[in-house]
Amino acid sequence: MGRIQGKVCLITGGTAGIGYASAELFGREGGAVVITDIRPKEGEAAAQKLRDQGYDARFVEQDVTSETRWREVVAEVVRHHGRLDVLVNNAGVGAGTDLENSDLAHWRFVHAVNLEAVFMGTQNAIRQMKQNGGGSIVNISSIEGIIGDPRSAAYNASKGGVRLFTKSAALYCAEKKYNIRVNSVHPGFTKTPMAESVGGVFGPADLARIQHEIVIGHMAEPIDQAYGILYLASDESRYVTGTELIIDGGYTAH
Amino acid sequence: MGRVQGKVCLITGGTAGIGYASAELFGREGGKVVITDIRPKEGEAAAQKLREQGYDARFIEQDVTSEQRWPEVVAEAVRHHGRLDVLVNNAGVGVETDLENSDLAHWRFVNGVNMEAVFLGTQHAIRQMKLNGGGSIINISSIEGLVGDPRFAAYNASKGGVRLFTKSAALYCAEKKYNIRVNSVHPGFTKTPMVDSAIDLFSPADAERINREIVVGHMAEPIDQAYGILFLASDESRYMTGSELVIDGGFTAH
Repeated sequence: MGRIQGKVCLITGGTAGIGYASAELFGREGGAVVITDIRPKEGEAAAQKLRDQGYDARFVEQDVTSETRWREVVAEVVRHHGRLDVLVNNAGVGAGTDLENSDLAHWRFVHAVNLEAVFMGTQNAIRQMKQNGGGSIVNISSIEGIIGDPRSAAYNASKGGVRLFTKSAALYCAEKKYNIRVNSVHPGFTKTPMAESVGGVFGPADLARIQHEIVIGHMAEPIDQAYGILYLASDESRYVTGTELIIDGGYTAH
Repeated sequence: MGRVQGKVCLITGGTAGIGYASAELFGREGGKVVITDIRPKEGEAAAQKLREQGYDARFIEQDVTSEQRWPEVVAEAVRHHGRLDVLVNNAGVGVETDLENSDLAHWRFVNGVNMEAVFLGTQHAIRQMKLNGGGSIINISSIEGLVGDPRFAAYNASKGGVRLFTKSAALYCAEKKYNIRVNSVHPGFTKTPMVDSAIDLFSPADAERINREIVVGHMAEPIDQAYGILFLASDESRYMTGSELVIDGGFTAH
């Protein structure tokens, strides 16, 4: 018996990084995994790689910022698997912000992916989960939802929004007795394509500063985040809702 | 392979409640469990109950507030098992404080068990763990280390102290490159003998207030806390240090 045996798990941004590591771990622990991504070629390849390991996996193309697409994606999951037990709102964009010289379009792009998509995913998951007796929603925030970074104004705001939105949704579901838990995960710097792509406004001094903050001296592997997500997805955490799981090698402890 | 296979795990207050549930779960997951308690009869019975389930378990009598007893207990664990991988500083007392009419002896009793013992345990575990390549220390704080309660001044102070002491110890170990992680768990109200005895002290108005705060509508079982402790004890959480795991049914989310 796997730790999420038979659970139907939807993971956005499941093609690479933390999303893919979670999909692999969920597959290993008996979950039926549906990964979504905006990139169909990479998505199909990732699903195939999961199936090659013997896991129950499928890919659905999704732009998480599209309101109409969310309903279709959840419906497609339910058509194949009959239910939805776990949603991991993992898709995100890591962008540096030049606070004085950025425009509202930049701000809205970051918020659409990192915050609005989490709202829509949570909303659509609740609508389905309440019909199948409950579920667990895991929203991937960041340590930057907890502490500020001078070069990440929009990212900070979006991830801070995810942190508190998660608590609001958790309280809503508890009040309604839906048996749906909602929690956030706050990864520190993790070796993912997103972290590698941020570059840009971050200079060598920023990298030295970040290195100094990571007290255990190295970045996380995606699997380090995936284990935390698995815990929140599984029934082992049935009493955990509205809380924050920080996996950051001590970054925010000081 | 269990999730803490072969790990030597010392659990204070391991005779009942969260401590015993953790011992049972650690045993099931392949750990070598040493439980301590101030009550020898109950402690021997608990260890026997663990052995009857096929687990590697032993009991050591310990007053966790005794500075000289700590090195003896760690030495005894090491004499039997050769190393120490996990310490769960779980022993605690839950007592009410009448802020206006309590004395320093009361304050010192609560802080002796709940905070000084955590300092001593962490210190002695570090001294041993650094010799055997690392380890994981889990300090059981409380939601009352996060939010205040008008009737629990000393308990609040002791558990808040555990929360920040944990971060300090985590940073210390990271700085020293000991490969020792230190994290805190913050249980909400859980069906344990400690809470049973404390809850008798609550007036009906307090009980109603607490019930309203537990948004999921019921108390936790000890196993709900044990699963979180297991996650922190295992290598699955190898990137977590100085962090807080809140298992409270939404109590502190609002």
